[in-house]
Amino acid sequence: MSENPTELTRREFFGLTASAVFVYGFHVPASGAGEPAKDAAFAPNAFIRIDDQGTVTFISPQVEMGQGVYTSLAMMVAEELDANWSKVRVEHAPPNAKLYFNPMLGVQATGNSNSIRAFWKPLRQASATTRACLVEAAAGTWKVPAAECRTQEGKVIHDRTQRTLDYGSLVTAAAAITPPKDVPLKDPATFRLIGHPVKRLDTPDKTNGRAKYGIDARPPGVRIATLAKSPVLGGKVGRVDDSRARALPGVRQIVVLDDLVAVVGDHMWAAKQGLAALDIAWNDGSNGAVSTDLIWSRLREASKRDGAVAKEVGRVSDVFAQGDVATAEYEMPLLAHVTMEPLNCTVHVTPTSVEVWTGTQVMTRVQGEIAKGANVPESQVTVHNHLLGGGFGRRLEADMAYDAARIAKQVKGPVKVVWTREEDIRHDYYRPAYHTILAARLDRGRIAGWKHKVSGSAVLARWLPPAFQKGVDPDGVDSAADIPYDIPNYRVEFNREEPPGVNTAFWRGVGPNNNVFAIESFMDELARSAGQDPIAFRRAHLDKVPRLQAALDLVKQRSGWGTPLPQRCGRGVSAQTSFGSFLATVVECEVDEAGEVRLKRVTTAVDTGLPVNPDTIAAQLQGGLIFGLTAALYGQITLKDGRVEQSNFHDYQMLRMNQVPPIEVHVIRSAELPGGIGEAGTASAVPALRNAIYAATGVALRRMPIDSKLLAKTVRT
Amino acid sequence: MIALNINGQRREVDVPPDMPLLWVLRDVLGMTGTKFGCGMALCGACTVHLDGQAIRSCMTPVSAIGQAKITTIESVGATPNGAKVQKAWLDLEVIQCGYCQSGQIMSATALLDTNRHPSDADIDAAMAGNICRCGTYPRIREAIKRAAAEG
Ligand code: FES
Ligand code: FES
Repeated sequence: MSENPTELTRREFFGLTASAVFVYGFHVPASGAGEPAKDAAFAPNAFIRIDDQGTVTFISPQVEMGQGVYTSLAMMVAEELDANWSKVRVEHAPPNAKLYFNPMLGVQATGNSNSIRAFWKPLRQASATTRACLVEAAAGTWKVPAAECRTQEGKVIHDRTQRTLDYGSLVTAAAAITPPKDVPLKDPATFRLIGHPVKRLDTPDKTNGRAKYGIDARPPGVRIATLAKSPVLGGKVGRVDDSRARALPGVRQIVVLDDLVAVVGDHMWAAKQGLAALDIAWNDGSNGAVSTDLIWSRLREASKRDGAVAKEVGRVSDVFAQGDVATAEYEMPLLAHVTMEPLNCTVHVTPTSVEVWTGTQVMTRVQGEIAKGANVPESQVTVHNHLLGGGFGRRLEADMAYDAARIAKQVKGPVKVVWTREEDIRHDYYRPAYHTILAARLDRGRIAGWKHKVSGSAVLARWLPPAFQKGVDPDGVDSAADIPYDIPNYRVEFNREEPPGVNTAFWRGVGPNNNVFAIESFMDELARSAGQDPIAFRRAHLDKVPRLQAALDLVKQRSGWGTPLPQRCGRGVSAQTSFGSFLATVVECEVDEAGEVRLKRVTTAVDTGLPVNPDTIAAQLQGGLIFGLTAALYGQITLKDGRVEQSNFHDYQMLRMNQVPPIEVHVIRSAELPGGIGEAGTASAVPALRNAIYAATGVALRRMPIDSKLLAKTVRT
Repeated sequence: MIALNINGQRREVDVPPDMPLLWVLRDVLGMTGTKFGCGMALCGACTVHLDGQAIRSCMTPVSAIGQAKITTIESVGATPNGAKVQKAWLDLEVIQCGYCQSGQIMSATALLDTNRHPSDADIDAAMAGNICRCGTYPRIREAIKRAAAEG
């Protein structure tokens, strides 16, 4: 990788071959995850259970959707516990908001790239306390002072008398000890696992078909169902003629609800064929006239209003009164999540209980929606979580659980409800469309005043209502209200405008996606009008954020910034502090005569604080960048006559192997608190590509996705 | 009854002849390693081998298979190239959510079965039909080269 002392080296990413040989210790019990401790076990808190064989089970409050948290959180536990890594196992936590709530979100949820940040203290504290109990148990057995004992690799050791005891042999004694308070945490300089490359626990079974996702659940006797909702969003079922469907082999039942029709069959093929054979008349309801144009005209109209003030520093109006003000308006489209694993939920309703198998980012909300859909008390609902075939925010919603429960209530025996890709895309909760107005006044090459107004949907107002205060959605202004640049006078406003008939939700990169795109695009336009290099211009406004300056310096050095490029090729930069990570990205692209954009190279430098599992950081950035580049090039959900026009990968395209350029990730050595990394790359990729196109063609794109028609036959300016 | 040869075993299934192999594997035989992603041969999640060739099982009716040997992700590790690919995948930590990876591994193995030292262009051609929403493409490319280098 590099010999730069500020960067992690290749060895620090991947380790030596020998040290990479860990025993894989991941298992997902079919049921009973997070059950109370059995007799011969020590379970001092909700996260840790140690059995008499010394096996440490970590009950993960955060779900595994590819971001590697099962491993990195387990590393944090094993570190403070001084566990033997080969004896660490991970279980999915059951729904229990009291025990497993995310301290940064207040609900049991995995999102906003905060698993490490949110659990950095609590998990290590729980583990250190557990370790202290084991030490005390050993000291008591040996009748020596606890202070003379140390721990290593799952053992308590008393050096003076050369005695050791395995954790497994101490569980009964440790269980009798009252956990001490305020146990000190390790000095990071002594970490043996955190910061060192560790192989992921969840991946071996993902190479051989053994890993179980929600869609793979097969409780005995399970039938498969697939469903259709009204093509016009929000429409209702009118009349259903099911005579042809019933005659098909394998079709068992047609479930007609107020807003959906499901066909239950012996297998997905029967269910799909049955659905296709139904003759359904829908009542379109009130959204039949909704279109992309309508959504945009309303949003643009709304953006003319003053917004609720999210942040005000100095007096922008005074600065703007002094003369020239540059303004620009940026727009982001509705986007679908398109997790690789289509939506699904398996539910078995019996007279006394409801059992659920699914993969979700919000366990307790699934439990609640199932209870609502099946009309039973929550206490009757058991939820088995699974590995997630992608989350990206889609599985922060529980609408699929509600639908599945209502269907399952009509079905005898367990039923797995599987969305077709078409239904998954047409009935998503979409990333909001945003309209953002930026205005700034330059004074001798520096930004003297800045105004940022976001108009769009307020996802938090629905998802976490208490967070929506005085008209400001904190997610909607994330990375804008806390803009990293040193600007003496600035004002940030939020203008809530919900798209008619369209559900909106979080999407990988959440609010920062929109704000970083707008800010970083505008920064390039301002740099150009100030006659400055885009990196130098940003850097000059970052004297108070040396960590971001360092990331910019490194990405400049590694990306070949400033070296000559052929005609119609360009490099673009973006910088951000979103999710607590200091990230700078350079994208290099080529724009052909027809306006088609080809990605050539991506370079990212990041200071994300103390890295827990360094290679996971690189992997998340690579994936996050590709997610963003995909959106910039293709992502857009459009509506016509109240219907979503896209339906599958042919019209909702993804970047593919042949389009993805080399992506280099440089991680800066850091001892600061860990930042979030799962979404940071996504937010950074879009403006960096947009700015590369600006450099290559001189066209200042202001809307996403990239419209190649605007780029055709222009010449480099 | 339709007789199929799956992973070296003869399996008889009582299903409609037009039923795609994907659903026979997943819903009838309980072999859930092969994944559903699009149902339209657009994403590659459902890739299996038919006489060693990578095919999309979501668009392959069982009646069209005849005597051809089906290999799925559950047993591809028993083949030399399958085992190399699986190992390279883990050595380079390719996998994120993993949902696409059954298909990726099947496509990569089929590539190496016919091309011992694929170029970047060969990799592009063989793998462009497999979508990874998590964006693991750069590592897939490296891992294919690593597996090829194992000889
Ligand atoms: S499910 Fe077969 S190609 Fe997508
Ligand atoms: S690893 Fe998640 S879709 Fe490929």
